[in-house]
Amino acid sequence: MGQVHIDEVSLAFETRRAGRVVALEQLSLAVPEKQFAVIVGPSGCGKSSLLDLVAGLKETTAGQCRVDGKVVTSPGADRGMVFQSYSLFPWLTVRKNVEFGLSLNKVPPKERSERADHYIGSVGLLGFENAYPSQLSGGMKQRVAIARALANDPEVLLMDEPFGALDSQTRSLMQELLLGIWEKEQKTVLFVTHDIDEALFLGDVVYVMSARPGRIIDTIDVGLERPRHYDIITTPQFIEFKRRIMSSLHAEVEKAMNLN
Amino acid sequence: MAAGTLDRLFRPNKPIPRQIELWTGITVAASVFGLWCLFTYGGIVSGDFLPAPGEVWAAFVSTLSDGTLLKHTRVSLYEIYLGFVLSSIIAVPLGIFMGGFRIVAAAIEPVVNFMRYLPVTALIPLLILWVGIGLEQKIAVIFLGTFFQQIVLIADVSGRVHDDLYNVSYTLGASRWQVVTRVLLPATMPGVMDTLRVTMGWAWTFLVVAELVAASSGLGYMILQAMRGLHPATIFVGIFVIGFLGLVTDLAFKWAKNVLLPWTNIR
Repeated sequence: MGQVHIDEVSLAFETRRAGRVVALEQLSLAVPEKQFAVIVGPSGCGKSSLLDLVAGLKETTAGQCRVDGKVVTSPGADRGMVFQSYSLFPWLTVRKNVEFGLSLNKVPPKERSERADHYIGSVGLLGFENAYPSQLSGGMKQRVAIARALANDPEVLLMDEPFGALDSQTRSLMQELLLGIWEKEQKTVLFVTHDIDEALFLGDVVYVMSARPGRIIDTIDVGLERPRHYDIITTPQFIEFKRRIMSSLHAEVEKAMNLN
Repeated sequence: MAAGTLDRLFRPNKPIPRQIELWTGITVAASVFGLWCLFTYGGIVSGDFLPAPGEVWAAFVSTLSDGTLLKHTRVSLYEIYLGFVLSSIIAVPLGIFMGGFRIVAAAIEPVVNFMRYLPVTALIPLLILWVGIGLEQKIAVIFLGTFFQQIVLIADVSGRVHDDLYNVSYTLGASRWQVVTRVLLPATMPGVMDTLRVTMGWAWTFLVVAELVAASSGLGYMILQAMRGLHPATIFVGIFVIGFLGLVTDLAFKWAKNVLLPWTNIR
């Protein structure tokens, strides 16, 4: 469960200033179940839009997304999402935030609180169950958002630059935490970032996206051994991958900047 | 280099010591009262123009003991709460939907914006013609004065609910109705409370205007009668009572927000 297929997907929209903008052009990729797939690309390349399409939050202009063979037509609980902006409900405590999806789907209170406890524990926030989001740091908020997505038991976890707003120390810790959870949960993850180190550290596969209109210009089978520790970023293989991504992205960023 | 105390008190947006904050307020209030005493007891202005604190107190005691103050206060409170509640129970849901749904905004925005710029005072003659000078007229003035302002302010609040909150709810399996009840409504509550608090102050203005123009009871009417009878001390009683009731209402709203929406007030 949790296979994602993106079949020749295009996305275009009208803007008042620039007319018709093609964000994605005939983009295809396939993510097998339980894979950690990362999409890395310059800002504005449409990588976040791609996640929105898989989530069903946007409609494709052409092509389709499928999850376990089923064509995506609307958002659903089988595709959980974590946003860069945390997007916690400020009026709910940590526990109620984590239980939100379960309460929507009428899961009985006992099971709800057991699942919430489990995931609050696995993101290391025991003791903060009754805190409100405004009392938490950015890293803690994002841990709540991850727990909330996982408590809902989705087939696929979509992550849109989830650590982009965090400082670099917190970010490394969060990456390790995420890998630890993923290795236990074995969910399909589609993760979007512009941070090359993050992409290589986390991913089984890294897709490199071009500047707009976004296409996949390189695919890297990372294949670094798991469980991973942060010191792999200094290994020759990691550095070689990084060099390869940087050189393809460099040209794309230049292209993107000239376009503006 | 250590900055001087005075220098420290005048830095934009920086906190000042709690004690100084408290005493500054007390000093200014006491000075205003002191000036009032000086002008009246010092014989600088005539008592017909500005009554002395003692006279205002005496007028307060006498209107209180003969029951007129309570009668007029009760009438005003009844009118304002009825008008305000009527306005709010329609404006709050309508405003929330206007901000949350473009189609609702498209439908009612033109009418609302037209009505919003009509000063309600201009409508008073028409309202007197239609419903007379009784309770209905006061309710109508308060309603028309606050309703269109409330709806616009509340629509602004609900229009600001972040898209990501909706999106994350959909990806957690929320239906469209659940997104309205579980995201849009709670997200707008703090802004709704603030709007109600602010518009309650305006409602007082409209009430008193309505009572000054045409009424047979109420605090505004009491003030007008006092003017006709050349009784400035009673005018001041009316003004102080209105100010006091406004202050109490404001505190009640703040208290209600802290109790009903505890998450808005924690750090």
